[in-house]
Amino acid sequence: MLEVQAITKKFGDLVANDSVSLEVSKGEIHALLGENGAGKSTLVKMLYGSLQPDGGEILWHGKPIEIPSPSQARSTGIGMVFQHFSLFDSLSVAENIALSLGKENDIRDIGEKARQVSEEYGLPLQPDTIIGDMSVGERQRVEIVRCLLQDPELIILDEPTSVLTPQEADALFETLERLRSEGRSILYISHRLDEVQKMCDHATILRHGKVVGECTPADETAASLANLMVGADVGDVTRTGRGEVTGEALLELHNVNQEAASPFAMELTDINLSVRAGEVVGVAGVAGNGQSEFFDVLSGETTSSDNASVRYNGHECGSMGITARRRLGGAFVAEERLGHSAVPDLSLSENLILARHGSDSKSFLGMGPLGVIQNGVIKSVTKRICEEMDVRKSGEDPDASALSGGNLQKFIMGRELDRKPSILVVNQPTWGVDAGAAQKIRQAVIDLARAGSAVVVISQDLDEIMEISDRIAVMSDGHLSKPEDAESITREEIGLKMGGLHDG
Amino acid sequence: MRIELERRAAHSVVFSALSPFIALGLTLVAGIILFSALGLNPATALFTYFIEPLTEVWSLHELIIKATPLILIAVGLSVCFSSGNWNIGAEGQLVMGAIAGSILPILFPDQAGFWVLPLMLVMAMAGGAGWAAIPAYLKNRFGANEILTSLMLVYVAQLFLDWLVRGHWRNPAGYNFPESRTYTDGQILPEMFSSGPAHYGALLALIAVIIAWFMMGKTIKGFQVKVIGQAPRAGRFAGFSARKMTLAAFLISGALAGLAGISEVAGAIQQLRPVVSPGYGFAAIIVAFLGRLNPLGVMAAGLILALSYLGGEAAQISLGISDKVGRVFQGVLLFFVLASDTLIHYRIKFISSRKHA
Repeated sequence: MLEVQAITKKFGDLVANDSVSLEVSKGEIHALLGENGAGKSTLVKMLYGSLQPDGGEILWHGKPIEIPSPSQARSTGIGMVFQHFSLFDSLSVAENIALSLGKENDIRDIGEKARQVSEEYGLPLQPDTIIGDMSVGERQRVEIVRCLLQDPELIILDEPTSVLTPQEADALFETLERLRSEGRSILYISHRLDEVQKMCDHATILRHGKVVGECTPADETAASLANLMVGADVGDVTRTGRGEVTGEALLELHNVNQEAASPFAMELTDINLSVRAGEVVGVAGVAGNGQSEFFDVLSGETTSSDNASVRYNGHECGSMGITARRRLGGAFVAEERLGHSAVPDLSLSENLILARHGSDSKSFLGMGPLGVIQNGVIKSVTKRICEEMDVRKSGEDPDASALSGGNLQKFIMGRELDRKPSILVVNQPTWGVDAGAAQKIRQAVIDLARAGSAVVVISQDLDEIMEISDRIAVMSDGHLSKPEDAESITREEIGLKMGGLHDG
Repeated sequence: MRIELERRAAHSVVFSALSPFIALGLTLVAGIILFSALGLNPATALFTYFIEPLTEVWSLHELIIKATPLILIAVGLSVCFSSGNWNIGAEGQLVMGAIAGSILPILFPDQAGFWVLPLMLVMAMAGGAGWAAIPAYLKNRFGANEILTSLMLVYVAQLFLDWLVRGHWRNPAGYNFPESRTYTDGQILPEMFSSGPAHYGALLALIAVIIAWFMMGKTIKGFQVKVIGQAPRAGRFAGFSARKMTLAAFLISGALAGLAGISEVAGAIQQLRPVVSPGYGFAAIIVAFLGRLNPLGVMAAGLILALSYLGGEAAQISLGISDKVGRVFQGVLLFFVLASDTLIHYRIKFISSRKHA
């Protein structure tokens, strides 16, 4: 029914989809598997008309079509349920649905139709309910019902179960079965191997923008699927310079529990971790499994009511904010460079103050309570960092946004390493960074650990985790697995844990 | 066809600096068209508007008097806007400042001493800050949109003042006019020069400009304002609290609006009336943006806008055109300022939608 032939999409130098081909036949549930950044979202956005391909063709019932916009996609017969819902909180179910259907429909008819459809598919809904009062699972039903009212032949579901409770997920699976029995096709995006095995008739696996495999999930084992997804074909990196780590524990987490701050945030459950002086602990996992929440808990951007749940160098600091934790020796590099670790429109020297105004207040700020910024000192430290990390830039002190991703990341790493922190937490150290800079950053992380600091590296890049970690833990669904020795753990084991199969 | 704004990869430093001047130039062009359409000679009209008020001593005094509240308020707003908080209710905070500052001269008219005037100023600042604290609290506690709440509180404050001067605070010896008693010497901001009525409120505005310039440009506090305004997530990473910043930004801008209120009442008007401001609190929004949210720029912009008030009055008298034309000028100016700023960062893109069967 739908056929994608050698479709390609580039963003600048990055090839997000490299001649990807895919075929979905009538009445099947087709899984699209892959790690984050593998190109799944880019592909479905092209199918739904939010992005335009740079090359290749989309065939619909055998005929080539163009999909210039989502509304065109809908009238063609392609519907999509996004991971992040597009509903107005203050409007009712019927009003939200009416908005997407256009003017010619009477809102009362829509309410009645929505009720019928929702009952028919086992997705009970009251059309007058205000979206803001609904649970996440119910909101998803609204999205699905809205999609079904347009009578689509192909429904794209983007990580539908990531926001659902297990019971809600089971109900969703029943609905999907029903849709399949009616002859509708479903393109199901997920990284949860058990779901894919249970539900899907076919699977296409993407890795680094390319199709690396196609299979019938029922014929495969979870391990072989995980293999394809994380790419065990890439040979293991040889690790050097690793010895027995016997240092004392510098960073300790004890039964950390954190409720989800928003419907799309992940809840953290019973996280325990102890990182000793001299070691790098790598945290692997597919994005959206609690990594950014975990980072916030470690850095103190999210504080806990239990002060004893986090310890830095033996000091309890669970309730302390990020500045206090920096003063205890912590240093942090967030996943987003622009807008989180650095302010785009501020200069490098100003971005130096951003992270170190507290820990270096003695040398950076003057005149007591006035807090006058000491420009001379800050400029010279900025210069030192840029030389140390080989930051390539135009001009003496350019805006952060003027640097390339790799150079800015080197500066941000250098800003933290320059303090010689006893604890370093890095989220995605080399995301979108060129190979040379990535190597420099990884080396710097290892060197810091060898000099006696405790380092946590959160990364979705398994190659990177394997290369630099002494011990490896996996984050999945808000749980952190027990760290295991990097020498003995295999990619298959990591892949299974990433897919949520802790016992596999 | 649809029109989209596409972010430019880099923005031109030259045009960023030039943008207020480009906006002024375009406003003048719009003025020429406007006056021509009204059947006036644009050259005479623009001369009356922008040059004549600068040629006489008394009108220079008027210029300072009009610029004082604009600059005081706009300095506070420039800090507030830089932090990403949108206080649109400075007019109401001005009114509440004028009321709070007038408690002493109206309810305790017999109190005299060197401390009376300073205390009036402090109470006015507290009044303005207190009124501004309401939208800040509502934003922090309930996530209420501060643009709406601060704007709506303007009308509450104006009606409260109206009620006071027609009721309890009406001058007992004032023949039932809706006015308070007039203030006496120790309660009035003295004149600065013998040549005219410009009072010491102008000095307060100058001090506010200098303090704000120092704070925003040189200290960690000003840095905090910039970071939270530009990138809230990075502000959290730096350990700055956005909630505290919202409160502080509203308190500062409210206090300065309150100070502007008392400097009007104790300087130029010397009593409370149902209306104490011709919309300074709103015009100051234009001043803040025209001054590029920079305290020194705000001072220049305040003088330019004060000139447009004076020019409006002059044009009304000598050319007989409505004072609404002055408002139109201010609106046109703000429009061009914001448009130039937007076009520095974005380019306009026309997208044709192809129809498919």
